[in-house]
Formats: sequence, C-alpha cells, structure tokens
Amino acid sequence: MDIDALTGCLASSACLVTQTTSGFIIGMLLFLVAVGLTLIFGVLKVVNFSHGAFYMFGAYFAMTAYQLTGSFALAMLCGAAGTAILGLIFERGFMSRVYGADVLMQVLVCYAFVLIFDDVVRMIWGPEFKSMGMPVAFQVAPLFIAGGVVPPYYLLLISVALAAAAVLGLGLARTRIGKVIRAAAHNPGMVSALGINTGLIYGGVFALGGMLAGLAGALAAPVRSLTPGMGFSVLIESFIVTVIGGMGSILGALIGALLIGMIRSFGSLGFPLFTEGLMYLFMVIVLVSRPTGLFGKEVA
Amino acid sequence: MTRTRKPGVSRRATLAMMGAGAVTFAAPWVARAQSKTIKVGMPTILSGRVAQLGTSSRNGVTLEVEKVNAAGGLAGRQIEMVIRDSKGQPQEAARVARELVNTDGCEILIDAEASSGAFAVHEVARDLGVLCIHTNSETSSLTADPKQHIPNAFRTARQGVHDSIVGGSYAATIAKAKGLKKWATCSPDYAYGRDTTGEYVTYLKRFAPDVEIISESWPKLFQPDYTEVVTKILQAKPQALYSCLWGGDLTSYIDQANIYALFSQMEVFAVNMADYTALTVVKNLPKGIHSGNRYIKTYPATAENAAWGDAYKAKYNEYPTNWSWENATAIMLLAEASKKANSADGKKIAEALRGLKIKSPFGADGTVTMRAEDQTLVGYAIGWGTTIPQEPYVPQVQAGDWKTIFELEAEWKKSKGYT
Repeated sequence: MDIDALTGCLASSACLVTQTTSGFIIGMLLFLVAVGLTLIFGVLKVVNFSHGAFYMFGAYFAMTAYQLTGSFALAMLCGAAGTAILGLIFERGFMSRVYGADVLMQVLVCYAFVLIFDDVVRMIWGPEFKSMGMPVAFQVAPLFIAGGVVPPYYLLLISVALAAAAVLGLGLARTRIGKVIRAAAHNPGMVSALGINTGLIYGGVFALGGMLAGLAGALAAPVRSLTPGMGFSVLIESFIVTVIGGMGSILGALIGALLIGMIRSFGSLGFPLFTEGLMYLFMVIVLVSRPTGLFGKEVA
Repeated sequence: MTRTRKPGVSRRATLAMMGAGAVTFAAPWVARAQSKTIKVGMPTILSGRVAQLGTSSRNGVTLEVEKVNAAGGLAGRQIEMVIRDSKGQPQEAARVARELVNTDGCEILIDAEASSGAFAVHEVARDLGVLCIHTNSETSSLTADPKQHIPNAFRTARQGVHDSIVGGSYAATIAKAKGLKKWATCSPDYAYGRDTTGEYVTYLKRFAPDVEIISESWPKLFQPDYTEVVTKILQAKPQALYSCLWGGDLTSYIDQANIYALFSQMEVFAVNMADYTALTVVKNLPKGIHSGNRYIKTYPATAENAAWGDAYKAKYNEYPTNWSWENATAIMLLAEASKKANSADGKKIAEALRGLKIKSPFGADGTVTMRAEDQTLVGYAIGWGTTIPQEPYVPQVQAGDWKTIFELEAEWKKSKGYT
C-alpha cells in the first residue's frame, strides 16, 4: 500500500490528468465490450460467454486490413463490420437454436465456440503473437495538458467510444428501431404478435453487440499484442463491469466501465499489489449492497 | 486301452527345442530392431501465448537431431523425438513427461518447459531416474540448490543469476557515467519476474551503490493492458527503468509505452528485448533500449553462429529464439556425450555429460561446458548492448566476463546457503 503516492497524485494536476485519462482509456475499451454483452443479455436473455472472441476477431480483422491497405480508417471499419457479420452468422446458425434452453446448455455452447474461435484464429493467423503497430498519423509526441501526459491516439479512442455510447443510447431511446428492441427485450411474445420479426431483431442485436466488441478490438490492436485467446481476460473484466452496472443496463455498463478504469488507474498508485483485488472487492461491495448492480432492475 | 510312450524324443520336446532355437537365432535380430531407434521425449508448450517459443524449441531440437541422425545417431541408434504439448501447465507437463517414459518408451527426456513446468518435470525425472535435460528454465535454483540436485538431471538453459551479474554490472557502468540514480522496475508478477528483478537490482546496487529504486510495478503475466503501469512509471519520474517482461507482454508494453514517449524520458534496460520474437514483431521499435542477448545471430560474432542462425532461418523461414539455441545445445551435448561413452544408455551418457566441454556456435569462446558440480551449462555467450530498429538490431554487444560471473555466482550461492 502506498497512500503517499496516491495522495501526492490527487494533489497534483499533472498526475490527476494523466491518471484520469488512463482510467478513461481502460474504461472506454471495457465499455465497448461490456455494452455488447449487456445488450445481448438485455434483449436475448443469453449470457454470451463467447463475446470475448468478437473482441479478438475485431483486432485480427483490423490488423489484416491495415497490413493490406495501410489505411487506419479502413482497418477500424473492417474490425467493426467483420465482427458484425460474424455475429449475425453465429446467432442465426447456432445461438438462435439454444434460446430458451437451459442456461448450462447455453454456457456450454458458448464455451465450445470460445475454443473453436481460438483455434480458427490459430489456423488463419498462426499461434504466435502479432503486433499491428501504431499508424503513422499517431506516431507523434504526446500532448501535455496541465502538466499531464495524454497520447493523441488515446484521445481518439476515448472519443470513438463515447460517440458509440451516445449513438447507442440515443438510438435505443429515440428511434423506432430502438423502441422495438426495447419492446422485444420486455415482451418478445407481444412484439411477435404485432407482426414484427423477432428473429431479425435478435440477429441484429447480436450483430450490434459483436460489432461493438470488434470495434474495441480494432481500437486496441495498435497498442496490444494480438494472440489467440486474447479475448478471455477482456471478457472477465467485461463481466465484472456488467455485474457492477447491472445486467442489461447500457448506462450501467458505461458507469461500471469507467469506475473499473479509475480503480485500475489510481489503484496502481495507491495499492500496487492489490489493484486486481480492489476491482473484485468493489464488485463484491456493489453486489452485497445492491444485488442487481448499480443500474440493474429487479426481475419480477 | 492304454497308450505306451514310444522311446526317443517326444513331439512336445521337439517343438520346444525348435521354439528355443528360433528364439536363439532370432534374438540378435530382435535386439537390433529394438536398438535401432532411441526415443527422446519432449514436453513443451505448443499452445497458448507462449506457443511460439515452444515451437522454436521443437525446431531447435529437430534441426540438430537431423544432423546427429545423419552422422549415425547416438551410438548407432537413430534418435526419434516424441514431442507433446504441455499447454504451459505444470501438472500437464508432469503428466506428459511420465507418459512419455512409461507409455511411449522414451529413454531420455528433453524438458522444454518454462520454469514452473520444469520443476514439475524435474520431480518426474527424480522419480523415474530417467536422463533429463532442462532446456528452457532460467530460474537459478533449479540446479544451484543442492536440495534440487539429482544425478540424472542437467540444464542447458542460461541462468537468471548469470544474466543479472552481467546485466547489473553493465547497467552500473552506464548509471555511473550518466548519473542514473533513480530507478524504476516493471516485471511480471511470478517467480521468474520477482527472482530475476531482485538479482538484477542486487548486482546493480553492488556496482553502483548510489542507485535507489523509487518505483516497482508488478503487472500480472499476460496482462493485456499496461496503461496504468506506464503512467505510474511516468509519475515516479525515474531516470532509468529495468524490466524483464518478455514475449507478447514485452511487445504490448513497448507499444503502449511508446505513445507516452516513455523511452525518450528515461534509459530503459529490458533484459529480454534482444530476441527475434520481440525485435521483429514490434513495429515501431525505439532506438537505444539496453538489452541482454537472447538469441541473435550476430552475437557471438562468429561464422559458426551466423551459419547456425541462417540454417535455422532457411529451414523454418524465421529466425531462432533464445529457447532454440538452448534446445539445440541439449542435442549437441547428448551426441558428444554418447560418443564419449560409446553408448546410448542414459546412465552412461549422464556420466559422460558431467564436465563435458564441446565446441558450440553459442559459446563465449566457441565452447560451452556442462559444469560437473551442479550439472548446468556455463561458458555460453552472454552480453548486453543497445538496440537499433533494424538488423543487426544490437550492433555492439559488451561481453560478460565469465571469471567475474563465476566469482559472484559462488558468493551468491554461499549467501543462499547452497554451498
């Protein structure tokens, strides 16, 4: 425990800027993965254990597109669009067959696909780790804001994630499709009786969830080494985020992800040997005091 | 009616004699068939994040086995490698090692595991009494601790304490010249990371007593994101940083530290940087990182080493790794020991291995020695230098002095109560 380092940081604007930005970076990447997870659970009532694989595929798709075209924008697009298509195929081909099945069956199917997807990546891209490399446009000196260090690439990453959060939130709240999705989440039987194709909604939501995880993977690709199985650790942290925020809540995923980001960022200064533990401790405290998570709703 | 036995040799006896005769005449053929090959078992990591290193271990062994077999094998017996995936899990490594001996009939084990698995395989070797050569584990206690010692286990991997002595003295020279007094460390949070960092700091402070460690970071093994670690180091404002992160963890760390311009704000000493796995994967390799040599074909700067690196590249279309040369050395030593013993028997090879000195592309003076007292490899090329982002990656390497290594290693063993 190093409380002096933590209090010293809280008293320094430079440190506050650096660590808060660091917390945002960790949090926003987590949010993109977690929000897909929570969306799929909210609408489809499926705990998608294979969700981390979409993060992995997003990173690999982006790396390949970047190697082929040299375009960073195209790499991000391929990462997001590729995983959206993959999500749709996966949902229509496999997941749709286990809706309503026992939770254990759903978990087993998802877990089988975690292993299958890892092997597919191993066969296509090889077992060794890869690095996409930072696009030339972002190979620049970091910005110094109030004495704190902020890399330009991370500003882009935070902006894209925040934009995704805003579009998603507004889309669900204000658009007709959003209302249908919310209705399907609440009462799929009624939506179906109204003549709306729920299969299409489910496939679309799964593809959207996959796309968000893929976008997170694509954004992470320039700064993280790519390896088969890389989605697993992200999945665990995303589950913590969704549990803290409340399963099915988009706002909860955003707040939960940012809290985890800040815990990691400031915890590494004050509790360097207990940063991971701090994250789990926080989750336990939330669950004990509010079992449905911070923004979760009681199930009748 | 009773049957009377006819005098002379009975039919049963005739058949028995024919059978015995057949066995007698066939015995040499059977024996030759049995002795034609000698199976060598090799548990290694062929899946997961370290799979690339496990594969490079297999490649290093295969390259040398082909040469040994072409030259007649071990005392006339062709080597047949039986290689299995341990998935990097100690319990799986032990299970696989036991199965290789008991079920597959392997007479020798090449233990190509990381440290955690190596200790598990070591116990299997202790139990079964089979000749075992540890090829990848660098944790010094594996052979330095007398409690670990068994006569049938050897090690051809470099040692953490050797690296730390050379690295510590190299860093101390730079620290004194550039006035680097405030240091930070960032290493993976497991036995290798903790032990190696501790030993490095010990020798750094021994040669440069003014040095002070002002920040320590212990990210977990295979952590995907190092942002909070990077910013923590930036906050501490050290003048120099030591890290023994390796493989994918090291490349992630470099990519993430790069965009914070960390490498321009302090001197960085990363012991595991100068290995082709990291050097060729990092797209924007910063200039001037200090690193120990792992495997690079330009150090030692000999024709033999360059030829070995090129032969490996020609066969596998990539450069070897640190684990490649360590595994290749195991086969080179086995072949020489077998020649010396004129036998492929494990016990006789073990006798011949103790103290055996062989010519080697990886030797500091063109030779390496299997030190008799603790059955570990010494005399391999060991040095430190600074990186550049293209070949030869580490243009100038300052060689470690084995006389100093031996002296300080003896002191270290004494301080640990090993002698």
